[in-house]
Amino acid sequence: MILDPGILALLVSSLLISLMSLYASGWSIRILRRWDLASGSELQLALERRTYLISTIVSYFLAFQLVSLFLFIQTADSISHLFVGAMCAVGTLTVSSFGYPTLLLKIVTFILAGLWLILNHADNQGYDYPLIKAKYLLLLIMAPFILAETVVQGAYFLGLRPDIITSCCGSLFSQNSHKITSEILAAPSAPMEIVFYSSMFITFAAGARLFVQGKGGYFFASMSGIAFLTSIVSVISFISLYFYEMPSHHCPFCILQKEYGYAGYPLYILMLSGTVTGLGVGLLQQFSKEKSLAETIPALQRKLAAVSLTAFFLFTVIVTCQILFSNFKLEGY
Amino acid sequence: MTRMIERQRHIMDFTLAALLRRKGKNGALLSVYTLLVFILASILFFTHALKHEAALVLNEAPEIIVQRTMTGRYQTIPVAWSDRIRQINGVISVHPRLWGYKYDKDFLANYTMMVPAGNPPEPGSIDIGSGISRMRGANRGDIIAFAGHDGQPRSFTIRNIFDSESQLVTSDLILLSEKDYRDFSGIPEDQSTDLALQVRNPREYATIAEKISRMYPDSRPIVRTEIQRTYDALFGWRSGLMIVIFAAVALAFVIFAWDKATGLSAEEQKEIGILKAVGWETSDIMLMKFWEGSIISLTAFLLGTILAYAHVFFTSAALFAPVIKGWSTLYPTFRLTPFIDFGQVATLFFLTVVPYTVTTIIPSWRAATIDPDTVMR
Repeated sequence: MILDPGILALLVSSLLISLMSLYASGWSIRILRRWDLASGSELQLALERRTYLISTIVSYFLAFQLVSLFLFIQTADSISHLFVGAMCAVGTLTVSSFGYPTLLLKIVTFILAGLWLILNHADNQGYDYPLIKAKYLLLLIMAPFILAETVVQGAYFLGLRPDIITSCCGSLFSQNSHKITSEILAAPSAPMEIVFYSSMFITFAAGARLFVQGKGGYFFASMSGIAFLTSIVSVISFISLYFYEMPSHHCPFCILQKEYGYAGYPLYILMLSGTVTGLGVGLLQQFSKEKSLAETIPALQRKLAAVSLTAFFLFTVIVTCQILFSNFKLEGY
Repeated sequence: MTRMIERQRHIMDFTLAALLRRKGKNGALLSVYTLLVFILASILFFTHALKHEAALVLNEAPEIIVQRTMTGRYQTIPVAWSDRIRQINGVISVHPRLWGYKYDKDFLANYTMMVPAGNPPEPGSIDIGSGISRMRGANRGDIIAFAGHDGQPRSFTIRNIFDSESQLVTSDLILLSEKDYRDFSGIPEDQSTDLALQVRNPREYATIAEKISRMYPDSRPIVRTEIQRTYDALFGWRSGLMIVIFAAVALAFVIFAWDKATGLSAEEQKEIGILKAVGWETSDIMLMKFWEGSIISLTAFLLGTILAYAHVFFTSAALFAPVIKGWSTLYPTFRLTPFIDFGQVATLFFLTVVPYTVTTIIPSWRAATIDPDTVMR
């Protein structure tokens, strides 16, 4: 294990978050089993009070998870030169097979927490807690992911062995050590550009339709999911190249660095917020028939669609500006 | 939108006023919190600055250094070895280096003495670092004396004083001619401290190192990237260790915060009861508690970070330097280049604000769900 401050911070926060989510799941089971709005029992009153606590816990969790996602990448990047052949976070994450799963779990839990908060917000609008069961079921689905993330992240960091000099000799121990693939497989750029822009276009169209006519919630949600995936593939395939101005550097993490003006932070934050709010529209669609939410859900969906569209739009604008105004031209690669 | 901002603003206003009403309690919490942030931030900033300095130094280091060991201990290396090593394909040049340390009893400092590869001073004259110049009060043209290996003092004229980008390297440095150094240190004519190799292709480092150790089994080739990795791991490990030690402090702080948050005074309980009676909802009280936590955390975080910044970069981390630097504490003082990035701030956030927040969530929820009639009765 490497006793780096960043790693310690990530481990500590993951443990705390896991404890919090275990606590919240314990109460969700009780809520799922015993919730009865018609009852005036002491238990029901206690459960109603707990809902405040749990929604606060999840809101904090969402904020922490966003920072921890970036800190994870940043830490992986900063310890990369401890491994032979690793140039940046990509190399560090491939050192052990737990690297990418950790990152994936962090993204998944972030999105789930975002969706939960949307559901919670909608639920609070109705006078009779119409979504309470769905909400706590989602929390129970989320908890295993959070625990898995803590375990996988722990296994990843505990398993890292830096290639350093020992007192008897230098290079002989490191030379035969593992080979790290520092490059990421990238999709060909020209077709990917077409896929990226068309998926964004369809997402905008679906969003506009939802906004104006209030129709096609599921379609918009699935499109924003697709837009998320294509954006990630596009960042690796061609967007990052315009930031690095290099035809062979496909790293999705280096754009978070100072050398590239921290451009990755706005890009990824926009991408994630567009996706969470977009998926939230689809999630709410399912409950639009609830009587007490009949009015609020369409309005909320419009709001979410507007946020999602703005985020994806800004993302596309930043990317397009970089493509147009960068000194780098990517024809023929 | 404006209504929401107004609501937040009013609640924040109220929270601030409430915090100021209980100066003693909140002041104690704030100062302990600030102290914790200060300690952790100092460790982080200092290690990071040292890593940065080390990286600057190592950028100039030779690609491969060959040392010789005897009974597992470091030895001087025969200059003749360089001829055979030069024959290895991929090695561009081999340069026998002469350097070492010198402890100055009178000034309680360690100097690094070195024969430079290019433009060495004339025999009888030396170049010195700004740290030595400051300590000995010596300027260009002055004559300065050091005791050699046989105890006899040798005097030199100062040709130049460095003022370099990285103070860590040059602060304690003395450059002198080969003839003077051999006379001063007693290294025989056919020996040198180590060999510095220039290799252009990084992929050949490992192969060349292996060939050298096969050619001379008692040699110890060290590749530059390995030194970089080792320094990084070492500094990272040291600061991690410090943080683990201070985890006890953090734990004490968390218990303190927990205690402060749970032990609501009768007056505070009454206040929350009145607020609820006049129409505040549980979520409003939670929001107030959120702002309370944020105000305290943010103040402590900013204050602690600024203090740590001043501590590390203006006083060279006077409090922790001996532990983290690890080498001679008699070292001439040097000032570090300020450097902060997102990773450090986020690490600090996770080690201080997150534990504090997690600790106070449940107590604040308890406070927010108090029944107004039970406390006011």
